[in-house]
Amino acid sequence: MRKKLLCLCTAVLLLCGCHGSRGLDAFAVPEAFDDARQYEITFWAKNDTNKTQTAIYTQAIKDFQALYPNITVTMRLYTDYGRIYNDVITNIATNTTPNVCITYPDHIATYMTGTNVVVPLDELFEDPGYGLGGTLLNYDGPGKDEIIPQFLQECRIGEHYYAIPFMRSTEAVYINKDFVEQLGYQVPDVLTWDWMYEVAEKATAKDGNGDYLINGQKVMIPIIYKSTDNMMIQMLKQLDAGYSDEEGTIAVFNDTTKELLYTIAEHARSGAFSTFKISSYPANFLNAGQCIFAIDSTAGATWMGTDAPLLDISPDKLVRFETVVRMVPQFHPDQPKMISQGPSLCIFNKSDPQEVLAAWLFAQYLITNEVQIAYAETEGYVPVTAKAQNTEEYQAYLAAEGMDNNEHYAIKILASRLLLEHPQYTFTTPVFNGSASLRDAAGQMIENVTKSVRRKQTIDEAYMEQMFQEVNALYRLDQHGASRTDPQDLGPLPAGSKALLGTLAAVWALILVYLALQKMKHRT
Amino acid sequence: MKKFTAILLGAAMLAGCTGKTDNTPEPTEDFTKSEGVMTYAEYADAALDTEVTIEAYVQAHQSWWDDKITVYAQDPDGAYFLYNMTCTEEDAAKLVEGQKIKVTGFKSEWAGEIEIVDATFEIEEGSWIAEPVDATELWGTVDMITRQNQKVLFKDLTVEDYGDGNAFAYKNAEEKTDDLYFKVTSGDTTYEFIVEFYLTGADTDVYKAVEGLKVGDKIDVEGFLYWYEGPNLHTTKVTVK
Repeated sequence: MRKKLLCLCTAVLLLCGCHGSRGLDAFAVPEAFDDARQYEITFWAKNDTNKTQTAIYTQAIKDFQALYPNITVTMRLYTDYGRIYNDVITNIATNTTPNVCITYPDHIATYMTGTNVVVPLDELFEDPGYGLGGTLLNYDGPGKDEIIPQFLQECRIGEHYYAIPFMRSTEAVYINKDFVEQLGYQVPDVLTWDWMYEVAEKATAKDGNGDYLINGQKVMIPIIYKSTDNMMIQMLKQLDAGYSDEEGTIAVFNDTTKELLYTIAEHARSGAFSTFKISSYPANFLNAGQCIFAIDSTAGATWMGTDAPLLDISPDKLVRFETVVRMVPQFHPDQPKMISQGPSLCIFNKSDPQEVLAAWLFAQYLITNEVQIAYAETEGYVPVTAKAQNTEEYQAYLAAEGMDNNEHYAIKILASRLLLEHPQYTFTTPVFNGSASLRDAAGQMIENVTKSVRRKQTIDEAYMEQMFQEVNALYRLDQHGASRTDPQDLGPLPAGSKALLGTLAAVWALILVYLALQKMKHRT
Repeated sequence: MKKFTAILLGAAMLAGCTGKTDNTPEPTEDFTKSEGVMTYAEYADAALDTEVTIEAYVQAHQSWWDDKITVYAQDPDGAYFLYNMTCTEEDAAKLVEGQKIKVTGFKSEWAGEIEIVDATFEIEEGSWIAEPVDATELWGTVDMITRQNQKVLFKDLTVEDYGDGNAFAYKNAEEKTDDLYFKVTSGDTTYEFIVEFYLTGADTDVYKAVEGLKVGDKIDVEGFLYWYEGPNLHTTKVTVK
């Protein structure tokens, strides 16, 4: 009997474990920060294998701890966002999430499927003492109105803010100007897709030995796109075509997408277009004189061009050319649209609101001028606050464009300027549980058609329909559709659930009866 | 007893000294390719982006993840890098060193690395483990690429300064959850090699050996001759002289 009861208890506990707990209580901002207590908070961050970035994080933590000696910050560094995402998902189940995490809104939407996992920041933003630019902060933080509105808006998921922006970038086309002119063209201020394809096609001409006329080499891929998900997203946005909506309705499988894919396939077939996943880093081809239009993040600018401070090819392969930087190609150059991307900071809920407040104080510190300016200067990133952008220090940095090929590398600063000078052209995609998968799916379709034409497969309506179905299934988009991130009224419990809860209650009652009997037996 | 041990040790040392440095097939293993399977020469001649079917023996693999696995495979004539092959976790456990497999996928090139992508595989009867080939004499020559992906050995290399006087660099110095990089020279030619974390993690001898390197050390290295814009050995063993 005893063994059986123990088994039953275990089963009940397992059942409870499987179905998860109720979750944490919603976070409420404490009236005051208890600085008599000690706090240990964890910060999960990402560096681009860039030692300077790591040093900036380390310095920021040191400076913050000097301001708040009762808060100790432990940093855990990752080299890619995907790993952070996976680890957070794993740690949600065990209530061992970090306190502060660098992440993307698409990922936060998935984290939010748990109950009160991610802290909504609206109240913290507005708190007069500890909020943005609050009077009780031990540092000079930016006010809410000093955060670039477009960047802050990206952190709004449904009705609430769940993140603060940390760094922002966009994509740029890094162009070998010499080759463009050699082909008889001038680089326009705003590229169109048609113009870029036309130049690229011309560059695929070969001589009798199979060498490309443009560079005399065996290799030339005129256009290489690093992030094909961004490519598809931006093209659809520029054409005002379907992708998804705020409710999570998937609209990417449409006729415009097909037309775009047919065009991409055509240029992949001629050898004018390829992708990072298929061929390798655009920067390596560009710097070796094997690419004319390398399209990559502005945060990758330090790899682009003859004098780039970071190079992955041997010196004997490097060729000299003039690099120019332009925003991504457009369908309507009079109404440019380019993606805004970059990491944000989210705060995970804990049972102790004071600990959450300590995490918020640290997160907010990361958008102070010192941290923002230092980090932005490591790559073609842009500070997320006007407060930092308008400082003399940052303006002097921009003005020193081209003074050297390291800190003031011209291409890096030109790439930053693309975003600094055109925030009005930026957009982001709707965020919902599943939006990260949708983004992957958008890029996968470009990868698929590019690979397929290289493999001499036929790209026709049947191919497109089948690929739409396969991509839809692979990324489980049909299971994500219309999933919202705000809490919803799910209606009354199903009968099965009611029965299960009834059984659980009965089992607990039996356990209590058993324990009471044991106690009575012991007394007697 | 002591005498017996000494004889055993002597025999073992002799075996070590005269150990094979080429890939002479084991007499027990039949290396004849099955029907419809390419020889290594046919694979080498196949155009990029064409479908290929090969038979080879697993020499090592990176950690399984998300129903994918990257495998270093070889037969007596050459080697194959099987990138992100579709694989269940259950099947991954069967990919032990030496295991014969039949692979169908597409021949591809990424940054100079010739590999098979979008591949599936099946387990076959047979086992063979390649000995590392001494490729030192190819160092700095265009012929180095003829050993691409093979288990190779380079002798008498000098460890270079990777920066700031360090003999190596972490991809993630704080957590040590990623690759290690180091540079080695022989003659006038320097290459950057790697300890691929998903092949040999922080608890392996090779990872620790590279962490212990000093600029100027003379070393022998073994590994799989991966290519990234040039030779980029996925190092599996480092011996400091």
